[in-house]
Amino acid sequence: MRIAIIDESAARASIIQEGLATLEDCELFVVTDRRGLLARVAGFDPDIVLMDLGNPSRDVLEEYFAVSRALQRPIAMFVDESDDESIIASVDAGVSSYVVDGLAPNRIRPILDLAVTRFNAFSRLQRDLAEAKGQLAERDAVDKAKRILMDTRGLPEPKAYAEMRKAAMNQGKRIVDIAEAIVTAHKLMGGA
Amino acid sequence: MTSELTIGFLPLVDACLPILAHEHGFAEEAGVSLRLVKDMSWATVLDRLLYGHSDAAHLVVPLAIATTLGRGRPAQPLAVPFVLGLNGNAVTLRPQLAQRVRPEGRIGEPAQVGAGLRKIVQERLAAGNPLRFGVVHRYSSHNYMLRYWLAACGIQPDRDVEITTVAPPFCADALAQGDVDGICVGEPWNSVAVEQGAGEIVLSTAQIWRRGVEKVLAMREPVLDEKRDAVEALIRALCRAGAHFVDPANWEQNAAILARPEYLDGSAELIRRAISDQLLIARGGALIHYPDFMFQYREAANFPWVSQAEWLYTQMVRWDSLQFDAGDAAKAARVFRPDVYRAALLGTGEPLPGASSKVEGSLAARTVVGTQQGAMMLEANSFFDGKVFDPHHIEGYLAGLP
Repeated sequence: MRIAIIDESAARASIIQEGLATLEDCELFVVTDRRGLLARVAGFDPDIVLMDLGNPSRDVLEEYFAVSRALQRPIAMFVDESDDESIIASVDAGVSSYVVDGLAPNRIRPILDLAVTRFNAFSRLQRDLAEAKGQLAERDAVDKAKRILMDTRGLPEPKAYAEMRKAAMNQGKRIVDIAEAIVTAHKLMGGA
Repeated sequence: MTSELTIGFLPLVDACLPILAHEHGFAEEAGVSLRLVKDMSWATVLDRLLYGHSDAAHLVVPLAIATTLGRGRPAQPLAVPFVLGLNGNAVTLRPQLAQRVRPEGRIGEPAQVGAGLRKIVQERLAAGNPLRFGVVHRYSSHNYMLRYWLAACGIQPDRDVEITTVAPPFCADALAQGDVDGICVGEPWNSVAVEQGAGEIVLSTAQIWRRGVEKVLAMREPVLDEKRDAVEALIRALCRAGAHFVDPANWEQNAAILARPEYLDGSAELIRRAISDQLLIARGGALIHYPDFMFQYREAANFPWVSQAEWLYTQMVRWDSLQFDAGDAAKAARVFRPDVYRAALLGTGEPLPGASSKVEGSLAARTVVGTQQGAMMLEANSFFDGKVFDPHHIEGYLAGLP
C-alpha cells in the first residue's frame, strides 16, 4: 500500500509517518512543501492520501483528483457511509483521506484509525507544550516580582514570596496575577 | 433563552455579515449567540458542516448545489435560507497581459477585454502553451462567471485555456511565479496581487452579471429544521449586519474588525477599499470607483431567489457536461429557501418580494417590483452578453448557450 502524507507541519507529518511505519507492506511518502505538490503526488502514485484539514491546498488537491487525466487511477475522498463513525473521528482529529478507486474499506480503516490516533497524539503534545510554555512564563513573572520586592523593600527572598502569597490570598487572586501587577507597576514607575 | 450556532467561514471580505452580526452584538440581541470557525479551504468548511462541527457555513454557492446533487461525494441535501452577498470578485491578469486587453487606467468592458484576450488565447494555443487561469474552487461562482464570460467571447474554457484551482491566499504568488496567467478571486486577493505588482485587475464579475449570486449561508437541511428558531434569529441579525456594512459611516470600523487576526488577518486598508467599491487596478495607479462591486444588502440582495439556484444548475450541467435532468433541476431549486427568509423577516422593516423566482438578467432599467412587505425597486440586472435566463425554459436556455 502506498500512502502519501501531506502536511505543512513537518513535526506532525513525522509523527504520523512514525505511526504508520509500524504497518506492514506500506510505503510512505511525506510532502510538507506546497510547491510542486500535485506533481509530487502524481509521481508517487499513491493508494491513500492523508491530508490535514487545515491545509490550504485541499481544494487544489480535490480538484486534481476530480478532473486530472494525469492520474493513472482515479482517487476520491474516502466517504464510507457504512462506517460514519470512523469518518467523524477523522474529521474530529483533523485529517482527511482520499483513496484510490476500488480499495476495500476494511483495508483503509486500520490506516485511518492509526492516522487519527497519531493526529490526536500530536494535538496532545502541542497542548502540553503550550501549557509548559505558559508555566515557564508564569514562573518567570513570579521571579521578577520577587526580585523587585527584594530590591525596593530590602526583603529577603522567602519574605518577598510570602508577601505576594498573602496579597494573593487577601484579594482572591493567583500569585502570578499579583506578580504580573508588580512587574507592570514597577515598569510604569520607571524601573527596568 | 439564547441558543448557539457555530458558523464556518473562509477569511474573505464577503464573510463580513456573520462576523459583524457577532461583533456588533446583533446576533445576541436577536437571541442567538455565534461561534465562528475559520478554515483555510472550502473542502474543510464543507466537511465541518457535513460532520456536525458547524451548524451553518459561509459557502461558495455552486458547492451547496453540487453537495445536494451528490457531485464528488454522496449526496447530502443542503439548504440556503440567506444569500451573504452578490459579486465582489474580479479578474486579474499578469500585468503585461492586462495592459494588452484593458484601456489605460480603467477597467474594460467585458466584450472588449474578451476580444483582446481571444487574440492572446490564440497566440498561446499556437505556441503550445495555453493560457492558464486560477479559480478558487471548481464549484465556485468565480469559475462559473469566468467561464460564462470566456465562452460568450468565443473562448472555449475547456478547449482553449486551462482553468485550475488555486487557494485564494496563493493567488498573487501563482501569478508572480507564472503558474497562472490570470485569476478570478474575491477580495482582498486581487488587491494583494495588484499591491505586489503580480497582477492588474481587468474586470469585476459585477460586469459579467450585474447581480450575480456569490456566497451563501448554507446548512444541512435537517439542522435547519431542528434549529429553525435560531436560524430565523440569525437571519434577522444578518440583515442588521448588512445595513451596517453598507453604511459609509461604518466602513472604517468594519474594515478594522474584519482585518483582525481571528478573521481575515489582513490589511484593513485593502478591506476598506473592497467594502467601499474602490479598486486599485494597477500598482501605482489611481483608485477607481466601481459602484456595486460588492452588493451585500440593497434591493433585498440577501433574498434567496429560486431562479438563482436554477441558473447555477444550468452552469453545472454546462461545465460538468451533464444531461439536463428535471429531477436534479428541482433538487437544485429546492436548495434555496425563500420561505425561511420570509418567515424570519415577516413583520420587520425589511422588504420581501412578492415572487420567489424571477427572469434573471431581464432588467434593463430600474424597475419597481411587487412585494409581500415594504417597497422594492430593482436596478438594472443584466448579463453582459444580453442573454436572459427564464427559469420556466431551462432547456431552451441551455440550448442557446455557446
